Amino acid sequence: MVASSLQAGHVTTVHRHLTSKFHSNEEMGQTVFPLIDENLKKNNYKIGIENNNDDENLQREEFEETPLYAAILTYLSYAILCLFGWLRDFLRQSHIETKRGAVDPNASLAFVPLYQSYESFYTRNMYTRVRDIFNRPIASVPGAQFELTERVSDDYNWTYRYTGKTISAINLGSYNYLGFAEKTGPCATNAINSIKTFGVANCNTRTEIGTQRYHVELEQLLADFLHVESSIAFGMGFATNSLNLPVLASKGDLILSDEMNHVSLILGIRLSGASYQTFAHNDMKDLEKKLRAAIVHGHPRTNRPWKKIIIVVEGIYSMEGSICRLPELIELKKKYKAYLYMDEAHSIGAMGKHGRGIVDYFGADTNDVDILMGTFTKSFASAGGYIAGKKSLIDYIRMNSHANTYASSMPAPVVQQIISSLRLLQGPEGKKRIYQLADNTRYFRQKLVDMGFIVYGNKNSPVVPMLIYMPARVTRFNREMLRRGIAVVTVGFPATKLLDARVRFCISAAHTRQMLDNALISIDEVGTEISLRYSTRHKSRRLREL
Amino acid sequence: MGSSMTRGDIENLATDFYGLLESFKHAPLYHISFEIFLVLAVIWLVVFRKPRPIEKKLTEKEKQDLIDEWQPEPLVPSVDPNHPALNVRVLDGIVGKTVEIDGKKSLNFATFNFLNFVGNQRIADKAIQAVQKYGVGSCGPRGFYGTIDIHLELEERLARFFQCEEGIIYSYGFSTIASIIPAYSKRNDILFVDEGVHYAIQKGVEASRSHVKWFRHNDINDLERLLAEQEVLDKKIPKKARSIRRFLIIEGLYVNYGDICPLPRMVELKYKYKYRIFMDESVSFGTIGQAGRGVTEYYSIDRQKIDLISSTLEYAAGSIGGFAVGSSFVVDHQRLSAQGYCFSASLPPLLAAAAIEALNIMEEDNTLLFETIMEKSKRLHKKLLSIKGYIISGDEISPLKHIRLTHAFNTIGRLEEIVQFAQTRDITITVARYLNDEHLLPEPSIRLILNVEMTDEELEFLCAVLQEALVKVTT
Repeated sequence: MVASSLQAGHVTTVHRHLTSKFHSNEEMGQTVFPLIDENLKKNNYKIGIENNNDDENLQREEFEETPLYAAILTYLSYAILCLFGWLRDFLRQSHIETKRGAVDPNASLAFVPLYQSYESFYTRNMYTRVRDIFNRPIASVPGAQFELTERVSDDYNWTYRYTGKTISAINLGSYNYLGFAEKTGPCATNAINSIKTFGVANCNTRTEIGTQRYHVELEQLLADFLHVESSIAFGMGFATNSLNLPVLASKGDLILSDEMNHVSLILGIRLSGASYQTFAHNDMKDLEKKLRAAIVHGHPRTNRPWKKIIIVVEGIYSMEGSICRLPELIELKKKYKAYLYMDEAHSIGAMGKHGRGIVDYFGADTNDVDILMGTFTKSFASAGGYIAGKKSLIDYIRMNSHANTYASSMPAPVVQQIISSLRLLQGPEGKKRIYQLADNTRYFRQKLVDMGFIVYGNKNSPVVPMLIYMPARVTRFNREMLRRGIAVVTVGFPATKLLDARVRFCISAAHTRQMLDNALISIDEVGTEISLRYSTRHKSRRLREL
Repeated sequence: MGSSMTRGDIENLATDFYGLLESFKHAPLYHISFEIFLVLAVIWLVVFRKPRPIEKKLTEKEKQDLIDEWQPEPLVPSVDPNHPALNVRVLDGIVGKTVEIDGKKSLNFATFNFLNFVGNQRIADKAIQAVQKYGVGSCGPRGFYGTIDIHLELEERLARFFQCEEGIIYSYGFSTIASIIPAYSKRNDILFVDEGVHYAIQKGVEASRSHVKWFRHNDINDLERLLAEQEVLDKKIPKKARSIRRFLIIEGLYVNYGDICPLPRMVELKYKYKYRIFMDESVSFGTIGQAGRGVTEYYSIDRQKIDLISSTLEYAAGSIGGFAVGSSFVVDHQRLSAQGYCFSASLPPLLAAAAIEALNIMEEDNTLLFETIMEKSKRLHKKLLSIKGYIISGDEISPLKHIRLTHAFNTIGRLEEIVQFAQTRDITITVARYLNDEHLLPEPSIRLILNVEMTDEELEFLCAVLQEALVKVTT
């Protein structure tokens, strides 16, 4: 362990000298890694990744508790916002203030109102005031640095005016983990050639006249990459979950899903008709308790035994930055004869020595995870989702999936992008990117934690949530960072719990050390202005002291 | 009182009762106290003691035995390797007017390529330009830097094409209507849905958890009956009825049947019974109406009267994705509440660019393209009707028709034989595929789709092949 940390320290030092020699991304050409190449050849690609062999180290996660004063102030903030909301509503009702927003064309005709007034209370009075930090349009490829279209509001975000100019900013918000979002380079060239050969779309479903040779090629390539028997690809990641879980589970089955699972999984579970229970986030003891209770008591009312039990988890949770505990899950699954469904939307390509996801990260056997699901939107910079597993499973899904029978098949350029990036991922280029991502992640997280901010999640996950708690601070942080040329994603209620509003950084292999340092300098400045250093476990320090 | 109690009987009873009381006086004390105790015990048992549930207290060993004994079902049941979904035709190249299968080109009457935009050079060029500017993927949902200026342009253009206030685009055709319905209709609301709607709408209706009232396909009288019944129910609970929303979910041109909905009457009923209309114009966008604006243009109905028109970019527009247009009041709600919009990555920019160019072509052309396709649909309909032995379902101006064999003959097996025969003669057609859990599974059929650039000779050839196939199958 000591030797490894020394080696890690050596690499960090080398990098500090090399920053100025990296390509600047002004022209946003293909990402180049000339000096990592040398470094890696010297150390034979062994640094950093292979040293984390023991499960303890791989699973170390931190979720610091909310400090009391932050919780109180946050509740107070929401209370004040509500008060002002009611005041403004009252002013609008009594015509002192003009009502803004669209009006129901059927309003005067005694139709039942389309929306409940309390539903739109949040939208009118809280969301609209800070609307400018969401839905920001971009005007370039979503790479490590991009162009935002400048928009101005003259009436507190009710309407926008586009000035025609663009703002250049470092992109810490897009899901571009391996940096494949490029407009030049082999992937883009192949995509363009595929448009010339196959046209833009196919206009039919996979089971009728919509299966092209490239679909078959993609599924074969993907199955080989993941070391599974077979796989099937769909045109939308959200739909992969919501339209295929009903095929696998039905009435009489039990689904145990993690409480932080994505909306698409919850929708799929609901549509399947199976019973479901949630277990505490990443809590294996709770899961075991529920498994035992389920098998022993069966269905709650009739006591009939469950037909089958499926555990649904995610590889990396996108809001928490935590990684599922795969070794323990596999143990539990074998002990209680349950099936495991793992959604690797964020972790495929981004985690593991070879980019094969969480299974690769823990060095587990792919045959132990019954259903591997993932998306192509994040690490492969394309669109769509897949399910992989045994041939019997995939054949059954092919026959019964809603998406296979009723949705249009994937278009050629999208599939070609995935094929190109998969091929690159399996070669030396891929190794460079994986290494760069792992290095960037560890560097960024370490610096944030050392500065005294509360950062959630596993130290190897490229999703870095930093807690801000108060709604006003969330908004100010976002706007201040944009003024300094860094685009970040801030989320609050209802995407997270009421108290835990946060900023979520997505690290990419395309980020150079220079960009990360610029971002850290801005975070340091803004964090000091707004007092975001909540951590009591780590001493608060300025960046220049580190 | 009809009892036949005589004076003697009453005297006997009185004597017995007196005797009972006398015996009490003479009974020993322990006897009386015991009797009183028994009476009190009975009263307590009857009135106060609740029946306790029999609890199964299992020991750890018993629990472990149950766990060891429990055998789950296999994850999936065994599959039939001859299922059509596992034996599809694999294509090569552009799937336009002709399609290449195993090296042979054949005429394509199977894909939803109504306006032949697949393989169109202008659209391909615009898509290539988009890749050179934006790359392939958008790498994020709409809320988090996944909104690209080309998406905003497409939404504006669609709204302008339909002369509505606002448009919204989705990244997948299936998810469009399946996310829209649950965004507006919640648990207490009522949906009046045509039985023949396609699967995506059925899923949307299921996800909304509302009360669903199915009416017979295209039967306006059945719909009126349901509405009248609902009105009667409403009068009984007037206060609650004022908070129950009602929606009518229909398609402009039904994918499963090829016929057009009776929209004018439905709009009249809308103002009488106060429901909102959500119409899915997937097939009718770009194919029906003088300028391709769909069923509202065909019937010359003011589009403001339809609350929401949803459609897909995957059929006539030759791209991928879906969209909805309507008034800002209705459409804007989806930006925060439609799950397929908020929690999913946005449409890749090259597909949005292709859709914009398709709209450009449609607008430049204005009426010629649409007149042509309606004209050719009519001609094809006439030609198909002249083949004896087939039942043709679909309106005459619909570019999508369903062909079935006469009653007893109509099985999937025979239809597949026809399709295979047609393939040997270089015509690609397909049996319409459905899943078994459709609400109303349509009868097996071959779905014929007309491409606007098919010539008259090619249509004749199609009919000739269908005629030959019929002979081959029915002998």
